[in-house]
Amino acid sequence: MTETIVIAELSKGEISITTNELVSAANLLGTNCTIVVPCADSTIADKAGKISGVSKVIAAKSTVFSNYDAAAWAEAIDSVAPAGIVVTAASAQSKDLAARLAARRSISVIQDVIAIEGGNLSTPIYSGKAIQNVSVSGNSVISVRANVFAPAEDSGNCEVQVIDTTGNVTTALKEMVQRASERLDVSEANIIISGGRGMGTPANFTHLEEIADKLGAAVGASRAAVDTWDEIPHSMQVGQTGKTVNPNLYIAVGISGAIQHLAGMRSSKYIVAINKDADAPIFQHADYGIVATWEDALPVLSSSLANLMA
Amino acid sequence: MVNIAVLVKQVPDTNSKIQISGDRVDLSSVKMDISPYDEFAVENALLHKESSGGTVTAITVGSAGADKVLKGVKALGVDNIVRLDYDGFMDSNGLQSILAEEITAGGYDIVYCGKSAADTGAGSTGPGIAERLGWGSVSNATEVKFADGLTVSYPTEGGDAIVSVNLPAVVSCDKGSIKVRKSNVKGIMMAKRAQVDVKAVSPPSPSVTVVSQVMPPAKPAGKKFEGGSSAQTVAQLLRDEANII
Ligand SMILES: Cc1cc2nc3c(=O)[nH]c(=O)nc-3n(C[C@H](O)[C@H](O)[C@H](O)COP(=O)(O)OP(=O)(O)OC[C@H]3O[C@@H](n4cnc5c(N)ncnc54)[C@H](O)[C@@H]3O)c2cc1C
Repeated sequence: MTETIVIAELSKGEISITTNELVSAANLLGTNCTIVVPCADSTIADKAGKISGVSKVIAAKSTVFSNYDAAAWAEAIDSVAPAGIVVTAASAQSKDLAARLAARRSISVIQDVIAIEGGNLSTPIYSGKAIQNVSVSGNSVISVRANVFAPAEDSGNCEVQVIDTTGNVTTALKEMVQRASERLDVSEANIIISGGRGMGTPANFTHLEEIADKLGAAVGASRAAVDTWDEIPHSMQVGQTGKTVNPNLYIAVGISGAIQHLAGMRSSKYIVAINKDADAPIFQHADYGIVATWEDALPVLSSSLANLMA
Repeated sequence: MVNIAVLVKQVPDTNSKIQISGDRVDLSSVKMDISPYDEFAVENALLHKESSGGTVTAITVGSAGADKVLKGVKALGVDNIVRLDYDGFMDSNGLQSILAEEITAGGYDIVYCGKSAADTGAGSTGPGIAERLGWGSVSNATEVKFADGLTVSYPTEGGDAIVSVNLPAVVSCDKGSIKVRKSNVKGIMMAKRAQVDVKAVSPPSPSVTVVSQVMPPAKPAGKKFEGGSSAQTVAQLLRDEANII
């Protein structure tokens, strides 16, 4: 069977649990899984050595990995990764890298894989309104959505081989503008609570923030909210022209459930909808629907969560 | 003078319902439109031209039906419109190969495209072309500035990265804060008469085969409750049934 190569997914400079999920996916596609860890400091790769079901760990060490540069990352990773099926995460950055790696090797890339069955790969098309199943002959690069495959365990013991590498940098970081709020971004969160036009005013988003803080959740928004209120930045927008999210829990408050909003969040594991209109389309997609105004429902939700979590 | 290319794609209107017939999506009765992110790519391309001087060429891949999208961007002020004539399935390797060839032939300095197309959602085309050309690239750009070289902002885990980019480069565009322009009657009239430069292409044979296209598995009907006080029941369910809290 084909060799597989997992490109470790990093979060805040550490190998994230998504990497364990990628190993599970890789072992469905082939054998002899090698993890490549892009790093400036190779000690972060030790964590990859503990993941079960891995035959080799390569710490690709280079200063180019201090900041993201698509061209340099692809070149540096390509030079140390063996040939085979390459598996990456489907975060914005990793999809970009996946496309680069595939092009560099003149092979195809399959993005956002949500299932692997009998050699076929499934991906959402038309924003999740349909699913496409494809088969690939030969090698390819595959990005895999988070929260789809059960993470491989951390009971392995694989030596880490450090290889120095480099790449040609084409962009220069001028400035990193820190996010105004300390809160998680919707694309990183496992729980999201989003507000729509039904919130009435942007100030009312504080009611969502209060619940978000309890749950360790991110706060999102519909496009109507983003377009209507300057206080709600586009970075919070979920949907067709916002972010695509895949959390365990998505709470939609005062959001009607337009098809373009659903495009960004329909694959969430659990969906809760709070809307005063019993006929709002969002209820067709909600696991738990509450027909009520948010003014009535949110205080109850907030205190119930506080009790349950106490 | 900058030689600017912008890649545009025709996709089903995002409002449309997707239907399956047999084991393929049936688009025969679906209204087609320009992919939403491509509109931001076109806007950035036009702003770039207005700031630095030069020409903007819009390129699409498809059959004659896709000319509508080219005429639409012509009406907005794009100078040239090119269609790589191909009707059928191409994998990412095939698509990027023919686009990279066209970009090389056209001698472009910069390519703008949408961050992903609304049909595949993949977002591979921009970075994939850049790699084939040996160019730099920035994906998911939310802001592009043209004074003293190109400066692009894009969101990262730690905040917004602002990077300067050496040309030639590919910039794939996200929504950001720019408003896209609308066409006027004069533009539309002019676009009607405009000639599409149609070119034949021969992509490498695909390594990807579409096995089937199906509807997503139906979700079991949810539970619906009346009144704000039911939020307590839902919180309980989130713990006992969903095991989330
Ligand atoms: C090309 C394109 C791209 C788009 N991209 C996106 C996108 O990325 N994301 C996105 O979200 N949309 C997108 N849209 C817009 C989308 O079509 C909808 O217009 C938008 O999602 C509506 O937002 P909303 O649900 O907040 O507002 P509305 O549709 O106005 O719904 C407000 C809801 O709030 C409820 N409500 C009112 N008051 C209360 C109250 N006190 N308590 C509880 N409920 C209340 C109402 O019953 C209603 O259901 C896009 C549209 C197009 C054409």
